[in-house]
Amino acid sequence: MLSVKELRASVGDKEILKGLSLEVKAGEVHAIMGPNGSGKSTLGHVLAGRENYEAIGGSVEFDGKNLLDMDTEERAREGLFLAFQYPVEIPGVSNMEFLKTAVDAVREHRGQEPIDSVQFMKLAREKCKAVNLDDQFLKRGVNEGFSGGEKKRNELMQMMLLEPKLCIMDETDSGLDIDALQVVAEGVNAMRNEDRAIVLVTHYQRLLDFIKPDFVHVLSGGRIIKSGDHSLALELEEKGYGWITKEVA
Amino acid sequence: MTAFTQQAAELTPAGLDWLAEFNQRGRERWKVTPFPTRKTENWKYTSLQALADGSYLRWPQASGAELSEQVDAIQGLDACALIFVNGVFSESLSCNKLPDSVEVVRFSQANESQQQAILSKLGTIADSEKHLFAALNDSWLQEGVYLHVAKNAQVKTPIYIHHITTPEAQNFAVNQRLLVHLETSAEATVVEHFSSTEEAQNCFTNAVTELQLDANARLTHYHLHLEEENTLHIGGVHVNLDRDATLNSFMMSLGANLQRTDVVVHHRGEGAHCGLNGIYMPNHKHTVDFHTCIEHAVPNCTTHEVFRGIIGDHGKAVFNGRIHIHEDAQKTVADLSNKNLLTSHNAEVDTKPELEIYADDVKCSHGATIAQLEEKALYYLQSRGVDRERAEIMLSFGFINELLEQLAHIPVRDYLTPLVSELFEKKFDRARAAA
Repeated sequence: MLSVKELRASVGDKEILKGLSLEVKAGEVHAIMGPNGSGKSTLGHVLAGRENYEAIGGSVEFDGKNLLDMDTEERAREGLFLAFQYPVEIPGVSNMEFLKTAVDAVREHRGQEPIDSVQFMKLAREKCKAVNLDDQFLKRGVNEGFSGGEKKRNELMQMMLLEPKLCIMDETDSGLDIDALQVVAEGVNAMRNEDRAIVLVTHYQRLLDFIKPDFVHVLSGGRIIKSGDHSLALELEEKGYGWITKEVA
Repeated sequence: MTAFTQQAAELTPAGLDWLAEFNQRGRERWKVTPFPTRKTENWKYTSLQALADGSYLRWPQASGAELSEQVDAIQGLDACALIFVNGVFSESLSCNKLPDSVEVVRFSQANESQQQAILSKLGTIADSEKHLFAALNDSWLQEGVYLHVAKNAQVKTPIYIHHITTPEAQNFAVNQRLLVHLETSAEATVVEHFSSTEEAQNCFTNAVTELQLDANARLTHYHLHLEEENTLHIGGVHVNLDRDATLNSFMMSLGANLQRTDVVVHHRGEGAHCGLNGIYMPNHKHTVDFHTCIEHAVPNCTTHEVFRGIIGDHGKAVFNGRIHIHEDAQKTVADLSNKNLLTSHNAEVDTKPELEIYADDVKCSHGATIAQLEEKALYYLQSRGVDRERAEIMLSFGFINELLEQLAHIPVRDYLTPLVSELFEKKFDRARAAA
């Protein structure tokens, strides 16, 4: 589904990704771990198409198409979803309006009619419940005054409504208490299926106790320096990142 | 004296005898005040050329002041409506049952004691020596509304004053006046709505509102300029706040040939509060100009003022927000914010917040910004599949909607919100058509 080959990318003048390769197939869950500053968040934004996050080398194919050629919104409509580490607050735009506009944009791309408002309201309430958010949040401004945990759950709710093929979750677990983490994990697990791939970008092994990955990769210095199964994450937890960067060097 | 000054002075009202002296005083003041040019500080950024060039100096010949069609009014407000068409009161469109404890009188209908009450307040809040067009309003005054709320009365029903101009008479002047007096601890809501029925409609409206809030009185006030774009409207809202009085006022100008509003609030008693919010959205070749001045003459008063504008096409906005804290006004808390979004390279905004402080123990802040839409927020929306144009529209709407969301009366909010979103939708459609 996602094929990243020797990807090099810069933010402004600074090269952050230095030849990163990653193969993700439908149905798989990948975890990308790494120390601060290794390029984890950059990877998410380059894939999602953020301005100033520029690919300067390598290739990225998404479902056989050149992802790097697409506009940000086109990537989303094709089924790529990035759950933000720091979701943006947009006062004055209701969460409900935002969600419906997004869902309709994706539906239009798939050749579907806009969703009926009443039906959407029902669906949105259902998803609120699934991520344990009061449905009053639908009426509030997008992420406006939400706590950290509420913002992350709102990201998850968007993911559920948009039903993407590829979910990239950028440190969705950071700053969550264990109860909130479980809610998020349950939501992600419920979305796991053979047609969908999930990439968890995380700093902490803890998340992987709740969402078992098929593959674990270590990102350091803008490249994936080691890949393995879940046991690699446990090893990282125990020993930190130091040994591995040394081993590779 | 300019030709316009001369001609305007010669236009005399049909007149009420008991106002003759008042008219005369206004006329004298009008005649001696130089007509503003670009060198006049208060009119530096706003030209009155359109007014001077247009032939607006005659009264509307609208004998049939009744509108056949349904009036586009704020629905669901459950208000007591007073409707004027081309400056003439419409009996049939207005409500005939007043809430208890409220006295609403048209100047032309005032009995002798009401005339006395009106004369004791009229022109004492709006200073026509400082405000040229208030002087012109004084001189032209022949009809107005006097609203009086008795001590301790809580009036739940909003008083809705709707001024409609119609194309039946083109190129004319409409002179409007509202005088509100809330006695001690009285509470009321006043909605002033200015609209016109057709795009082609053009006239010059000169409207002055005077609000007197006695001790502990509370007024929620809306001042809505929703006229079509060929109109000129110059007006003022002048307020006196006595001890512990609270004014919450919301102003809106959608943009027209010229919309100029002077807002002057006098904190005259300790503990008074003024909440003043406003939005403006000029586009095409509109000019919107707000000059606000809050006078803190006594200690322990508060002002919270927020104005936001979106200026598109060749539109122009002027915002001048002055907060004047006199020497005795210790413990004043005042803040003023003015944010502007420019959505076209040809749009213009001239913003000037002015904080003048002569007391040493006060808490004040002010700021003005001219910004573009936030890149981070645009990216967030786009990353959810929303295209760039739509994302821009959504964010612009949100910027304005933040203030609409705060309105106390849901029917007013429900009436205004689509007006704002329609403006953005039109823009969106144009952008799509162009793409």
